[in-house]
Parts: sequence; C-alpha cells; structure tokens
Amino acid sequence: MTSTAQISTRGYANPDVLVSTDWVAQHLNDPSVRIIESNEDQLLYPSGHIPGAVQVDWAADLNDQLRRDYLDREHFEQLMSRIGVGNDTTVVFYGDKNNWWATYAFWVFQLFGHKNAKVMDGGRLKWEKEGREMTREVPKYTATQYRASERDDSTIRAFRDQVLKHQAAGKTLVDVRSPQEYSGERTHMPEYPQEGVLRGGHIPGARNVPWARAANPEDGTFKSAEELRAIYEQEQGLKQDDDVIAYCRIGERSSHTWFVLTHLLGYENVRNYDGSWTEWGNSVGLPIER
Amino acid sequence: MTDLPEPLQQLIDDFAFVDRAERAELLIEMADRFGEVPGRIATRPFPEDHYVTRCESQAYVWAEDLPDGTQKYHFAVENPQGLSAKAWAVILGESLSGQPLEKVVQVPGDVVFSIFGKDVSMGKGEGMLGMLGLLQHFARKSLASRSNANA
Repeated sequence: MTSTAQISTRGYANPDVLVSTDWVAQHLNDPSVRIIESNEDQLLYPSGHIPGAVQVDWAADLNDQLRRDYLDREHFEQLMSRIGVGNDTTVVFYGDKNNWWATYAFWVFQLFGHKNAKVMDGGRLKWEKEGREMTREVPKYTATQYRASERDDSTIRAFRDQVLKHQAAGKTLVDVRSPQEYSGERTHMPEYPQEGVLRGGHIPGARNVPWARAANPEDGTFKSAEELRAIYEQEQGLKQDDDVIAYCRIGERSSHTWFVLTHLLGYENVRNYDGSWTEWGNSVGLPIER
Repeated sequence: MTDLPEPLQQLIDDFAFVDRAERAELLIEMADRFGEVPGRIATRPFPEDHYVTRCESQAYVWAEDLPDGTQKYHFAVENPQGLSAKAWAVILGESLSGQPLEKVVQVPGDVVFSIFGKDVSMGKGEGMLGMLGLLQHFARKSLASRSNANA
C-alpha cells in the first residue's frame, strides 16, 4: 500500500523533509531535535502530546498580535529561544488534520530561513493510531540564543497586488478550498468574528484542488509522488517549472499545498498567498469568478 | 443583551477572565466528562436528520422531550480527536437541558466565542454553531407543535 510505503520509496523530490513516526520515536531524547506540535484544535496539545514536544500555536505564537501579519524577526527569535531551539536544531513539526497547521508552521519558519525543518509524515493521527506514547506533561527547555535572518517575504509568500498581476498574466493559481467555497455557494458563517468574507467565488483562472487530496485520509500520510502528479499535473495541468501561487481562506491550507508542490514534487517557484480569500473576497474592485 | 439561560450565563462568566491555558484546561475537563447519547434514545447507525452537517467532528444531536415541557439534549461525536466538539456538547447539554425552550431558541451564536475564545478557527466555529443550530431547531419544533396543539 502506498500510504505505508517507506518515505524514501515514494519518489519525492526532497524525501529528507519528511520523517516517519518510527524516526521520531527513536529521537525523543535527541538534544539536536525539537518536536513541535501545531494544531488547529487548541485543546489537543494540552490533552496529550508526543513526550518532549512543545507547542507552537498559529494564533498566539506565529501571528502578530495587532496587525494581520506574521511575527517579526525579534519575536521569532524569542519564540525559538523559549522553545529551546538553536540555529542548528532540527525541528520536526506534526499536528492534527493531515498536518495542515504543521505545514503552516513549517512555512512560517521558512520565512525566517530555519534550515533544519521536517514534518512527521501522518502527523498526530498516525502517532495515535499506532498506539504510541502520549503525555500531558509540558516540557521546559533551557532558553537558547537564536539568531534569525530578517523575514523574507519575497520568495515563498505572495501579496495581494502580486497576485493581481499574476492573475492578469494568466499564470497558475491553485485554490485549495472546498468546491463549495470555490464556487461561491458558501462564503462564511454568520456571526463569525475573524474570517468572514463579503463576496463568494474564486480568483479568475484559479484551479480548484482541495488541499487534503494530497493526503491519505486513513492515516494522514502524504500520497506518493506518482499519485500527487496524477492530481496536480495529469488532472490539473500544472508543470514543474510553473510560477504557482496557492491560496485558501487564511493561508493555512494552502501552505500544505505549497509544501507538497515545493518539497514533494520539487517545484521551484511556489508562493503562498496568505491574505487568501479573506482579503481577496473583501477587497474593493478585485476580479472574482463564480 | 439576550437573556441567556442561567447555567449558560454562569459558564460564560466563569470563562470571562481565564487565560489561554486555563481555558484549554477547563474545556479538556469538560470533554473528559462527555457521555454519548444513551441507547434508549439512539443507536448506530445514527439517523441522518440528527447529523450536524457543518461539523468536521461528525457530531449528532438529539432532543428528548421532558414532561415539564423542556428538553434534555444528547450528543454523539464520532471523531476521537473532536475534543472541542465533545466539550461543546457537554456545555450545551449541561447548560440548556431543562431550560425554557423560549430561552433556548434565542441563545446567540456568539456564545461559542465567549467560551472558546475569539481565535477559534473557521471550521471549528462553524461546526459548533451547527451543533447549537440543530439543537435550537429541535427546540423550535417542540415550541411550534405546542402552539399548534393550543390553537
């Protein structure tokens, strides 16, 4: 079965970016490795996690607390120091729902150029299904002196005006939301304080590839390169040298697709538009297709 | 401000001054208390019309009519990782069961955010609103059949 196939046999461009649950189990006490859990559901980590794992929370840790933006270099250094990560530490992300927030955290870490970063294939679901050890104990690590580069917003991140030019030039856009969100039949829910949008639909020309298609639902592992190519290339017509921008609602699901295209399929020019539909669907005068 | 059922108001007051970690701890304790719908009300496979369509944790809601004209609410959550859904089921079950239906149907959706905090993700918020919405649908149905009977 492909889902249980060894990572190294799945044909990925960069197989080293993934580690197995076995690998993690063997490195729980490795001081050069820090396991990081990132979830959508804030109750999961405190209810039990991989022994020694720290939590990085998208809302509390990765976002600027005032502006809509990510944390800056200074706050990233403070975060890394707090979770005991040095410049040479290998960080391994895992989390709920096919690792969607894990790949989001991974992506944010790449804005600051943290080199040794990996994702645990299958995430929390696979670890739990295998009956591996979990604990409620929150570890404390000695603070590090971490030196980060300035945040690089130019390589893997796209902003609204860049997306507008990209769209006008007919370049590749991947909308990774559900078909209902893509078609505009579902916009947002009433009374929702954070993520409401005014207009439904998608950026003209965007193809719809719901993000979770890249994962095996039974254990959250990534599909093989061949299976992924069947979806993104044979079915959707993407090419490895395409200039690609992926988006969703707030940029978290599309960071999963960014991860898949960049690291598993070896695309060199993929950016995540984190403004995503909550910016596009609320902006005045931007083109929308239904 | 809507006049909330008293146990719900009390819970919201309890959550008003907690920090993130305390909030998580309280909610996990609640999720640990979760008890599934009793067999006398429903057994698997659960019927479609009790399924919360917008909830990613595959939640189901039932309303049992009580002799005093109120209802007792029961839940099932099929996703073992659906901790928030379980905590929310416990909150709804404990704070709305036995309360006047007129008050139950008026509970506004933003109580989700008063209890779970403002940074609940869209998917989760939507699922929890869906659970409340289905519960209120059952309460409205009971109110309507009562007013028809009196007509």
